[in-house]
Amino acid sequence: MKLPIYMDNNATTPVDPRVLEAMLPYFQGKFGNAASRNHSFGWEAEEGVETAREQIAQCLNASPKEVIWTSGATESNNIAIKGVAQMYKDKGNHIITQVIEHKAVIDPCKYLEQNGFDVTFLPVDKQGMIHPEQVREAMTDKTILVSIMHGNNEVGTINPIREIGRLCKEKEVLFHTDACQTFAKLPIDVEDMGIDLLSASGHKIYGPKGVGCLYVRRKRPRVRCEPIIHGGGHERGMRSGTLNVPGIVGMGKAAEICREHQAEEIKHISALRDRLKKALFDRLGDIFLNGHPTQRIPNNLNISFLYVEGESMMMGIHDVAVSSGSACTSASLEPSYVLKALGLGDDLAHSSLRFSLGRFNTIEEIDYVAERVCATVEKLREMSPLYEMAQEGIDLSTVQWAAH
Amino acid sequence: MAYSEKIVDHYENPRNVGSFDKNDALVGTGIVGAPECGDVMKLQIKCNEAGKIVDAKFKTFGCGSAIASSSLATEWLKGRTIDQALEIKNTDIVKELSLPPVKIHCSVLAEDAIRAAVSDYKKKQGVEEAATAGAH
Repeated sequence: MKLPIYMDNNATTPVDPRVLEAMLPYFQGKFGNAASRNHSFGWEAEEGVETAREQIAQCLNASPKEVIWTSGATESNNIAIKGVAQMYKDKGNHIITQVIEHKAVIDPCKYLEQNGFDVTFLPVDKQGMIHPEQVREAMTDKTILVSIMHGNNEVGTINPIREIGRLCKEKEVLFHTDACQTFAKLPIDVEDMGIDLLSASGHKIYGPKGVGCLYVRRKRPRVRCEPIIHGGGHERGMRSGTLNVPGIVGMGKAAEICREHQAEEIKHISALRDRLKKALFDRLGDIFLNGHPTQRIPNNLNISFLYVEGESMMMGIHDVAVSSGSACTSASLEPSYVLKALGLGDDLAHSSLRFSLGRFNTIEEIDYVAERVCATVEKLREMSPLYEMAQEGIDLSTVQWAAH
Repeated sequence: MAYSEKIVDHYENPRNVGSFDKNDALVGTGIVGAPECGDVMKLQIKCNEAGKIVDAKFKTFGCGSAIASSSLATEWLKGRTIDQALEIKNTDIVKELSLPPVKIHCSVLAEDAIRAAVSDYKKKQGVEEAATAGAH
């Protein structure tokens, strides 16, 4: 077993060797500009791009023509939200989203809010889920777009997007979903689920960074987005700029591998995740699972360890890469807005760790990580004044703390 | 964030973790911070009859820097008089541990914990205090 161990796959994934192999020819021999229509270099590059488009479309039950290449999911979300808002502003100015979206959705929505749009940020339940009735109740005759993520990156909760998508169809409102954590890794069918726009990223599926895509429906209805980047009219006019051919080829290959092994990977990774969860819950008391117990992405485990602080836990397991909702790990010194939205107190948010597994994790690694986490939590509890007070029977919520 | 060797050392081998009986007249206890802020420090001093600190202990909920700051504080407190204890400044802790700017509040908390412990001790000893440390 090699150290350090990587368990932060909701942040990014390593490039699969098969993906790298597929990309390499496009850096040198097949280096052409996919928009060069008059020579073989251009044709080769274009062929690579179109194969990749097909590979993406197959993961969604979509047509390749409905796939727009971008620089990543942040850009895809920006085009979907700001592009739709601009294009449909005569129809209405109301957008519905929710509080635990990724910042790449929240921030474009806030930007629109400052520019004459009304945005409803729906609250989530204690498990991080949005319910279709909430969306229905929030809709007005001005609503033009609903943007609800598929799987949450921090707490892993999967939203009922089929029900939300069908509701949007019924109300003739466009539906966008940020599927960064689920694209190619969970079954997605844009027809069945009523999805009009979908964002995905290369580097979350063992592909390269710097490439992503946006699915934009062409029929029933034909969705149009005002471009954010102008110049050249590439990608059906929605995203100009010379295509990142090696990246696109890599993302296509990565999607294909994920799709072909989808069922077995879901089984494998969720078994590893459940093994880790069991080991932690068997040995440690006073720990809580954040997010939904069953409706969650297979690779995510987010746990609050009462009485110990997240960053100090990460220091104790320094040869394991995970992430924390603790303020001490963020630049803002604010604990995770996602955990807070689930109703966790700041204290529990500070005490959380997110383990996110991937294709390359092994049982041996799981057992090592479980042991390291338990030993660290036990050690830190021994030096925690909160643990001591709790052992003495003091209810910590009744203590008058001097906030600083 | 990359930590200095001294922070890592105090984190890996914390000095003087533990508790004294808080009802002991010779023990001063300071608890500062709040769980919502991600740091709570409990620092205790134990004095002899002459008012000299013979032992110190801490327990801290917080990041590595908070643990290291309080661990270091207990080391520095031993052997000092009560008045000398108050001479420990947060800037001394910042310097000794090479705390990054974003972690300076951990050293402030440690200084507050010392003041709170000394103040508790003085109260038990019946010493009137001119002023108490304010919240920050």
